[in-house]
This record gives sequence, structure tokens and C-alpha cells, in this order.
Amino acid sequence: MSSVRVLVGTRKGAFILTADGKREAWEVRGPFFAGWEIYHMKGSPADPNRIFASQTSGWFGQIIQRSSDGGKTWETPGGEKMPAPGAMPTGLSNKFVYDTSAETGKPLTTHMWYDGTQHPWEFKRVWHLEPSLSDPDTAYAGVEDAALFRTTDGGHTWHELAGLRGHGTGPKWQPGAGGMCLHTVILDPSDPKRIYIAISSAGAFRTDDGGTTWKPINRGLVSSYIPDPKAEIGHCVHHIAKHSSHRDVLFMQKHWDVMRSSDGGDSWHEVSGNLPTDFGFAIDVHAHEPETVYVVPIKSDSEHFPLEGKLRVYRSRAGGNEWEPLTKGLPQRDCYVNVLRDAMAVDSLDKCGVYFGTTGGQVYASADAGDTWAPIVHDLPAVLSVEVQTLA
Amino acid sequence: MIRVVLPFHLRTLAQVGAEVTLEVDGAVTQRTVLDALEARYPVLCGTMRDHETLKRRPFIRFFACEEDWSLESPDAPLPDAVARGAEPFMVIGAIAGGSGDPLKRHELP
Repeated sequence: MSSVRVLVGTRKGAFILTADGKREAWEVRGPFFAGWEIYHMKGSPADPNRIFASQTSGWFGQIIQRSSDGGKTWETPGGEKMPAPGAMPTGLSNKFVYDTSAETGKPLTTHMWYDGTQHPWEFKRVWHLEPSLSDPDTAYAGVEDAALFRTTDGGHTWHELAGLRGHGTGPKWQPGAGGMCLHTVILDPSDPKRIYIAISSAGAFRTDDGGTTWKPINRGLVSSYIPDPKAEIGHCVHHIAKHSSHRDVLFMQKHWDVMRSSDGGDSWHEVSGNLPTDFGFAIDVHAHEPETVYVVPIKSDSEHFPLEGKLRVYRSRAGGNEWEPLTKGLPQRDCYVNVLRDAMAVDSLDKCGVYFGTTGGQVYASADAGDTWAPIVHDLPAVLSVEVQTLA
Repeated sequence: MIRVVLPFHLRTLAQVGAEVTLEVDGAVTQRTVLDALEARYPVLCGTMRDHETLKRRPFIRFFACEEDWSLESPDAPLPDAVARGAEPFMVIGAIAGGSGDPLKRHELP
């Protein structure tokens, strides 16, 4: 029988929630890496037992952990298992060094700071890990300050795909309120050389040659809070979602506005429609219905909580514009949590399961594509990310 | 023999107890102590000082003999009591407020 494994990253550790295909009775394991911020965990589509985790701390920096047994045990980046207390670990912690070589890095050393001056690129943390669709030892890391790295040796070493920072607009990139982070990485299953990424607040970019060259894909985005609302770059893209079967269709939750592209990001149009507010962070697509989209509207960029204290997921079955609130099982009063950009995911069971975590520490699940919801857990630390693995 | 006290999260990361001991050849400085510490526990590389520049991370402090050495030259000799192992070299995660003996708090089993 199929089962699901929900990988939850929080402000104070990682948790793994598992259930059979009914998705009614849940086992909760964790915290793993207690006390550390776990920005993201994601399993390899090529080997579900291989999971990567971004363990980070303002004090102690970045660690990459990986598991080869579905999250039961974890290894430090050098590949050695964490030994018993008293034994000597030999793994290296991970090293993310920007490429400034003349050959590949086109030394690009500054971006725009909050005050408009130029500021050096400084590595802070890994926001998002995207394992390869075909190789369990290959994964991509979206980092702050914004750049894309890749490992091909299971997380031991990481190398920047420097063409992204070097393509020309880098000096105009500027941090959003959460920092200048590359938070979204989407690999195209129909074309291994096509990758989409998004940066707050530079915008969305695409490569069609495996990461050597990149182009901004922000035409159609309108952001009234920047000097040129239709600028080529500078948009605060919060998240992008894509259905695996639709090669060129993308959905975007921008700072404000829910957007859709039907041409691989070359152009975008707004599909906010009847949403009560089109500010938000999370967005995802139903596993089996490419035009069914989920968002969690948040009141505003100044008030990061649901409108009227009602936690509502909105679903469109028409690829946007027409949205219905999903409320059954979700708190409809006095709820003032946020749902962050990487904190929503879907499984691929039938019916499609939808999951999201909140800054209040709840993880909600729907086993019927959003019609009804129930919390899996109530009281975790603030949830930063949610990913789901559907296991045979 | 040099004694080094690590903060809780680095102890759990390196899977060590409250205090580790190291051998340092030659002059005992912040740099030689940290080099020896990272060589023995590579998982700690990058957690106390930058991988490339080897500059101290902003929220890490280094104490010895009840003095803050964080802003001293990494090549300045540490106190003789540290070099002799009478006093520990302490790696501290910066905090605001708080008190207590860091050797007694957060002991690993």
C-alpha cells in the first residue's frame, strides 16, 4: 500500500510525519537537528531514501545533512554517518564559495544594497534544495545571497552555476525583506537542460542549457513598489509552481498578484481574479489536475496573517481567476499565522493530498484535494518548509 | 594539551562532550587552536570562522582566562594558562544576558 512521508523544516529542527495512503493516522518523528533552523528538506525523486536537509544558524552558519535511509539516520556532508557520542566524525561541513573565476564566474562581486549602494555578495544560508530528477547524488541549492549551486557527489562539494549571477543584471539585484534569497528551483522533467529559479527580489530566471546561461523571465509582472513597475528585473517573486505534465505552464505567487505563464515564463498575466487579497507566499498545483492551483491569501505585506483571522486555502480549478475558499477543518476565527513560501506541497496519491505548515507550528493535511483539512500536528516550532514524498 | 569548550550546538554537531582536548604544535594562538580543532573535527569547518577568509563569524566570540579575545589578532599568543591546559579556550555563541557556568550547562549524556 502506498504511503506518504512529509518532511517539515522548522525554526528549531526537522520533523518527519508518516502515514499510510489513507492519511489519517500519523507517526511523528523528530526533532532532528534540534535547535537549528531547517530551512528546507527534500527527497530525491530518483531514490526516495535519499533526503537532503539545509541546517542553518545565524551563529554557526550552514550545514548540509543528508539521509540515505528515508530520514532514519543522517550523514554530515563528507558522507560519513554521525558516529556514536565520543567517536570522531570526519565529515566536512559544506562549503559554498561564489565562483569569481575569469573563466566561468565573470567576477561579479557586488549587488545593490538596501540604500542603493553596491554591496559584496556574502553567503548566508541555503533556502532551498532541489534534488535531481534522475541522479540521487545530484542536487541544486538556492542560497542567500542569491546564487545557484550544484552538487554531483551527494552533497560533499558544491559548485556555483555562475552564469546566473554573471548574466548582466546582478548589480541591480536587491534584497527583499527576508534577504536576497534564491528560494525556488524547478527542474523541468521534459527537458533536463531547462531550470527555473526565482529570487527575492530580483525576479524569475530560466536556463535552457543546463545552467550555463540564463535569462530573466519577468515580462508581464507589474510591481508598483519599484521605480519602474514593469522593469526587467527587481520583482519580488515569492514562489513559482509547475505541473510536471505541462511543459510551459507556470503559476507564480508574487509579492502581490497571482500570475500565470503559458510560455515557460516568457510572458505572464495576472490570474488573481476573485481572491480576497492576492498577497501571499505559498502556491502549488494539484498532482493530477494541471489547472488546479492552491494559494493561501495573506492580508498584506505589512500584516502577514490571513484576512479576518480566517485561515483559508483558495483553490482554482480553472488555472486561476476563479477561486473558491477551502475552509473545512481550518480555523475560521482568531487565526493570525503565516504560511511561508516553501511550506505547501502535494502528494501524488489519488485523491491528491495537499499539505501546508504555519508559523504557528501547525501542519495541516487534506486527503481530498483540499475539500477538508485536519491538523497532523499542532505545536511544532514555526514551520519554514513542507515537502511530501509519495512512497510505493 | 589544550582544552577547548564548545557551545551546545557545536558539541552536538561534532558529537563531543563539554570539553575537548587537543595537541597544538608550536605557538598556541587562536589560529593554531582553531586549526587543530577543525583538523580533528572537520564538521566544525565554517561554523566558527569563514571557510575562505578564516575571519571569525559575527556571532561567535572567543574567551580565555575570563578575557574576550575575539578582537585580538588570531596570531597573538594565548595566555600561558591556556597553553598549559590549566584554563580552557572557550568558543561562545554570542548571547544577550544570561549567566552561569557554560561547562555545567547543556552537558551531553
